[in-house]
Amino acid sequence: MYVAVKGGEAAISNAHRLMADRRRGDRNVPALSVEQIVNQLSLGVDRVMAEGSLYDPELAAMAVRQARGDLIEAIFLLRAYRTTLPRFSNACPINTSRMRIERRVSATFKDIPGGQLLGPTFDYTHRLIDPSMAGDEAVTPPVKRERPTEESCPRVTDLLDGQGLIEADVPSNDKPGDLTREAIAYPVGREVRLQALTRGDEGFLLALGYSTQRGYGRTHPFVGEIRIGMVDVEVDVPELGFAVCIGAIRVTECQMVSQFKGSADKPPRFTRGYGLVFGQSERKAMAMSLVDRAMRADEFNEQRLAPAQDEEFVLEHCDNVQATGFVEHLKLPHYVDFQAELELLRTLRREAEMASADTPMNEPAE
Amino acid sequence: MAGTTLLDGGFTAPVFQSQAAFRLVMDAMAQPGRIVDLGHAVQPPAPLEPAAAAFLATLADYDTLVWFEDSGADTAASWLTFHTGAAVTRDPSMASYAVLSQNSPVSSWRNFAMGSLSYPDRSATLLLPVESLRDGTPLTVRGPGIETVAVISPRGLPDGFTETMAINVARFPQGFDLLMTCGSELLALPRTTRLVET
Amino acid sequence: MHSPDEARKRRLDALASGDPTTLAERYAALEPSAPAATPIRGPEIGMVMLRGRAGGGGAVFNLGEATVTRATVKLATGEVGHAIVLGRHLQKAGIVAHLDALAQLPDWVQVIETGFVTPALAEQDAARIRQAEETEATRVDFFTMVRGED
Repeated sequence: MYVAVKGGEAAISNAHRLMADRRRGDRNVPALSVEQIVNQLSLGVDRVMAEGSLYDPELAAMAVRQARGDLIEAIFLLRAYRTTLPRFSNACPINTSRMRIERRVSATFKDIPGGQLLGPTFDYTHRLIDPSMAGDEAVTPPVKRERPTEESCPRVTDLLDGQGLIEADVPSNDKPGDLTREAIAYPVGREVRLQALTRGDEGFLLALGYSTQRGYGRTHPFVGEIRIGMVDVEVDVPELGFAVCIGAIRVTECQMVSQFKGSADKPPRFTRGYGLVFGQSERKAMAMSLVDRAMRADEFNEQRLAPAQDEEFVLEHCDNVQATGFVEHLKLPHYVDFQAELELLRTLRREAEMASADTPMNEPAE
Repeated sequence: MAGTTLLDGGFTAPVFQSQAAFRLVMDAMAQPGRIVDLGHAVQPPAPLEPAAAAFLATLADYDTLVWFEDSGADTAASWLTFHTGAAVTRDPSMASYAVLSQNSPVSSWRNFAMGSLSYPDRSATLLLPVESLRDGTPLTVRGPGIETVAVISPRGLPDGFTETMAINVARFPQGFDLLMTCGSELLALPRTTRLVET
Repeated sequence: MHSPDEARKRRLDALASGDPTTLAERYAALEPSAPAATPIRGPEIGMVMLRGRAGGGGAVFNLGEATVTRATVKLATGEVGHAIVLGRHLQKAGIVAHLDALAQLPDWVQVIETGFVTPALAEQDAARIRQAEETEATRVDFFTMVRGED
């Protein structure tokens, strides 16, 4: 029998106090500062900004600290914070061709104009835990080399596009759909899918991207280019009558060149998947571009057979805040639901017992 | 300097003043027919009156389009956009909020968004200025938020007002919500409120 | 030379990208002697929706929001200054708006230029060059090994 009860206030309050204590940990160990998190755990901060869908390194670092390093919890905190702020306006689209590049590699062409710039990468490290990480050894400053004067760094896809070998970008200034403002109604435009992907869970998208490589929606991808760096953000100010630069953000862009398609009226050419993510987040940008391409199946008359090609499946499950809410709500009291299930189960068992007790008598005598 | 007048006159303490105005508007919507006074926290350019302006300064934002019936409302429109971020539209069917003129032709109200059955909230809120909220012909109103009946006495309603409101009620859950304004005061007639002429 | 709008944009761009602490230090030295400003709107924190383009140059999509702070101030003589900067920096936005208003006064435009805009641009250039040179050192210089012919 279910009886409505109140209670738990003291337990909740004490649990929160205990959590705050455990978060702080041993008081003999210095507390982490937000600056330390921003500077030394910057890729974690970048992930929280990308999936929290709010660019603000200090806030994201506070969230990481508050969440004790649980990044999905930190993402949740940032998402909650963003709902408290008014949106002043929409920025002008960022121009990644004018990025101040910190890393730029292509897997399709060795000698690309602008060069292969490795930047601060984990690639080519041995993935052996470095004993010096146990202490605070002095770090040697980076090597500098004079930069060739004003060398341009065209996107690799633009180079191919110049030769007509790849589908071209179709520039458009149509107002994009916004899944944070309007309910999603399928099918959706590619721009809504890209918005969902850029704020989607890195692990989920990584697994889906991986699945396309393993044959579930195969697209034969090559990394046309990955570039990481700072781009200026411009905002139109109606009072001024022109756009001003309000600062710069770090983004990672991935151009995935995928299997070519042709038709009766178009010669075969490469197709593309696109990834663009806040911060330095190569794995996420690559996974995003794979899934973006997979979800374009209809455009290229490909059969939609794999999960990564199913936009509803991807969009409805890529958000880790939504997913966390629904999975984690299972731990909240379900006493009534469970009592109902229990009652049903007991009834079924009673009936089954009675039936088996009845069976010999019901059987017709031979 | 040119352009200065249209920037002055917003909330001076936006958080507290907009919260106070929100509370009053919520009370007015919850108790249709009840007159609330939003005060003079904003000083808007004409044709915006203080109540309508305080309402818009509180509720309009970058995601809401506002439509002005008065064609000479450019200054008010700039003021509103500066303080709220709300853009002004020329298309009444796109408006979240419509600032009507006195004696607004009710036949044109059918152009406003009424929402859909799935999303009845995607509908317009109309701000109708009247000559007075207190000394006109009494009208009896009924509906949610009113225990039995309430009486409102607006003066200067457009022709055909009660018929139009009856049609609006019949559309429920679709339909518009209406606020009558006069000076710094307003009263609400949401789409659930039925109007009975006495 | 620059049109008034171009000069104003260049100034606002430079100030918005500047370090808040450095800006505040420079402003502290100037403020006592400058005509005072009264706030018209803000400083207030909000967001702008950042946008990208599919493929880099295609259709616009929403990338996610960023925190911004904006401010509008007015001088007693009527000049209105605007500011919008990335991040949550109430003081910085207030300062930039005040400097934007002051720069409309003939007596002050050069003070703002030499005291704020020029050093801010120099600092941004220095940081960009340092970053670019550090990146340049990680450029891959390919060379082809001589292949044995037989």
